[in-house]
Amino acid sequence: MVKLDARIPDGPMAEKWTNHKFKVKLVNPANKRKHKVIVVGTGLAGASAAATMSELGYQVHSFTYSDSPRRAHSIAAQGGINAAKNYPNDGDSIYRLFYDTVKGGDFRSREANVYRLAECSNLIIDHCVAQGIPFAREYGGYLANRSFGGAQVSRTFYARGQTGQQLLLGAFGALQKEIKKGGVKMHTRTEVIDIVVIDGQARGIIARNLVTGELTRHVADAVVLATGGYGNVFFLSTNAMNCNASAAWRAYKKGACFANPCYTQIHPTCIPVHGEYQSKLTLMSESLRNDGRIWVPKQKGDKRPANEIPEAERDYYLERKYPSFGNLVPRDLASRNAKQVCDEGRGVGPTGQAVYLDFAEAIQRLGRDNIEAKYGNLFEMYNRITDEDPYTTPMMIYPAVHYTMGGLWVDYNLMTTLPGLYAIGEVNFSDHGANRLGASALMQGLADGYFVLPNTINDYLASSSFTKVGTDHEAFAESEAAAKDKLDRLLAVNGSRTVDDFHKELGSLLWEKCGMARNEAGLKEALERIPQIRKAFWENVNVPGSADDLNQALEKANRVADFMEFAELMVKDALERAESCGGHFREESQTEEGEALRDDENFCYVSAWEFKGLDQEPELHKEALEFEEVHLSQRSYK
Amino acid sequence: MSKKISLTLKVWRQNRGEEGRFETYQAGNIDTDASFLEMLDVVNDELTLSGKEPIAFEHDCREGICGCCGSLVNGKTHGSHERTTLCQLHMRHFKDGEMIVIEPFRATAFPVIKDLIVDRSALDRIIAEGGYISVKTGNAPEASTTPVKKALAEAAMDAAECIGCGACVAACPNGAAMLFTAAKVNQYALLPQGHPERAQRVKNMVAKMDELGFGNCSNEYECAVACPKGIDVKNIAALNREFIKANLKCEK
Repeated sequence: MVKLDARIPDGPMAEKWTNHKFKVKLVNPANKRKHKVIVVGTGLAGASAAATMSELGYQVHSFTYSDSPRRAHSIAAQGGINAAKNYPNDGDSIYRLFYDTVKGGDFRSREANVYRLAECSNLIIDHCVAQGIPFAREYGGYLANRSFGGAQVSRTFYARGQTGQQLLLGAFGALQKEIKKGGVKMHTRTEVIDIVVIDGQARGIIARNLVTGELTRHVADAVVLATGGYGNVFFLSTNAMNCNASAAWRAYKKGACFANPCYTQIHPTCIPVHGEYQSKLTLMSESLRNDGRIWVPKQKGDKRPANEIPEAERDYYLERKYPSFGNLVPRDLASRNAKQVCDEGRGVGPTGQAVYLDFAEAIQRLGRDNIEAKYGNLFEMYNRITDEDPYTTPMMIYPAVHYTMGGLWVDYNLMTTLPGLYAIGEVNFSDHGANRLGASALMQGLADGYFVLPNTINDYLASSSFTKVGTDHEAFAESEAAAKDKLDRLLAVNGSRTVDDFHKELGSLLWEKCGMARNEAGLKEALERIPQIRKAFWENVNVPGSADDLNQALEKANRVADFMEFAELMVKDALERAESCGGHFREESQTEEGEALRDDENFCYVSAWEFKGLDQEPELHKEALEFEEVHLSQRSYK
Repeated sequence: MSKKISLTLKVWRQNRGEEGRFETYQAGNIDTDASFLEMLDVVNDELTLSGKEPIAFEHDCREGICGCCGSLVNGKTHGSHERTTLCQLHMRHFKDGEMIVIEPFRATAFPVIKDLIVDRSALDRIIAEGGYISVKTGNAPEASTTPVKKALAEAAMDAAECIGCGACVAACPNGAAMLFTAAKVNQYALLPQGHPERAQRVKNMVAKMDELGFGNCSNEYECAVACPKGIDVKNIAALNREFIKANLKCEK
């Protein structure tokens, strides 16, 4: 039976992290090299953590399923990274970044973690500049900022529309530096299949070599998961094709609680769905909302081309409803409002599932050259995909699954409820509550990896005892046998439907019933259907090839099999949380104006689910959230 | 408006450790709004359901930034459309009834693993020799203490846009990695933060590039044409200058 202990340090909010760093146990330099740490995933969180821990002297083993650590999906983040530098002199501070993030997360995050994140934000910018990341600059040579949703200050640092790429290549460079030095042993094209637990501690992993199919055993003193979010459970999302929830799910089944799985972020500005064959959705950076104006026709079913609809017949609904934030409201609001106008029959485009994002006014005000300099690569990408020219015709956008705020439950040290297993970056739940603000994912990934984990993992390593175990321990043999059995079973089904076919069926059910709006009846229906889809999957999926070879269909099948189980927990969590908050909108719980209505009396907690066995109901543990600094209030962006 | 087209594909199939060969497949009813990789998905679904092994190809983000995808399409890296990755190439650029030849990237330093998948890990090994600034976490001064001229920051960003797909190597008749290496060397040569390690960086990265079996540059400029991110061939000239300077100075 798990007992949640968040281990939030005592003392005033602004001093907690400093005090905590002093109080945690340290590992002396000579002892650090005796500890082996496994880091799974090489995105911003994983690469930065692996490099930094190697700099400190730990033996680090880093794993990625890609051919190179540089491929991780952090690379696709476009818009920017927040920091409380206050360079524009517009009233920003660590406290304001903390405040905005807690409010933006709709009061469902842990204050102490968010404050620490805001504190680390400035160190990240310092470090990344020192790494030679070519951030945008002003003519004087100083760093430039832009605005993102949910804030009234400009605190976002950026490298054109490729901020994630540049930050990841910085962390990748640091990782390569440590690989060269011998501090990090890199395992590419190697996927983690299971977490190995010995005497109640996470002591290693079973991995699969994706070229030869060989299952390998790796022992360590601690395991760090930096494996990203579960957005691909919906099949269509802005995540990369290989993103998956498997490592987190296997960890859950080995004793790590899963927190708030129902919190998913639906990003408002994505290219709309256009065909059955479609494999993924493409994000258009939120930074576009700095200059683009979102609108739909006032009249239902107005099929005239955008340019023929006169100004007076357009509804700039975000500017109308939220005058102080306008087009820069947080993501959950922007998405929900887009859905609302489309549901009213005012959506545009061939499917009616789109709204306009219009740059005509900005081009008139700033000139085409200026807009091209700011957003050129995004406009080009839009044109490539849709064959339309956003300089002359408004973009069409629609919300799409983008990020998951839920994840493995972690304490203040970022350790899960399974001792020795850590979760950093998107795979944990800790900082964004029920809604993440734009440009905060990069901040969190790098804060966790460069500054938090390397300062907290020592507490565990110094204070725990480790029995000497080798990969011949029976726990490794059991895990490996179970992994092999599952792969063999997938290959043996030999049915008549592809893995993607099942994945699409699951995804569209979740999008319908557990997407931008949820209600009790729909969630209950999904809870009935998911086990049926899962059963059909195991009876009728077709996975060609063998387990002893590079087999992409098998890799995918193994991940989708986990999504089939995970989906049920996600829906269960959405059903249990009968309030609306952030990205989780329960139709039963809304204000008269149709805004999300929180129920702080009954739901001001983190839901942490404990696995109890395959056919058992998971047990819900609640971490009560206390707000000392930012007082609970109905979120308003009007 | 989108329409449906049918194509004949000649695809390179190769098992691990075996000789490769071309196989011919029909791709019918392909939507012109689909991406090239989505077209391959459709073909793979059909192959799977008819009991054949699907075509192995590398891909991940499908938005042109991760650098995973890339094949020779009708002899051109990422296909013939300008400045694109294969995942961002759409079927509207092909004609109904067309024959498309799809092969893996061909280069001495990129051995084929399976079908269209090649091993590009040699590129990472070049980076490991100095494609970074050696700053430990915690070392950095306050960010605004290092002003960088806007034009230099922009030029560094132009070079930094490389996605490491390897198209430059595959397009080069010599299989050289000059554009790839030059982009990284030049990014840090342009920025003041990169100066302390400037000489050592270029020497080590070039030495590793030679050691790994990449060819020499003979100014064909095919790399710059193939680059999906439009990395300028002038970076190679800058690399050469850096290399000569570093050797003349005899700096350690």
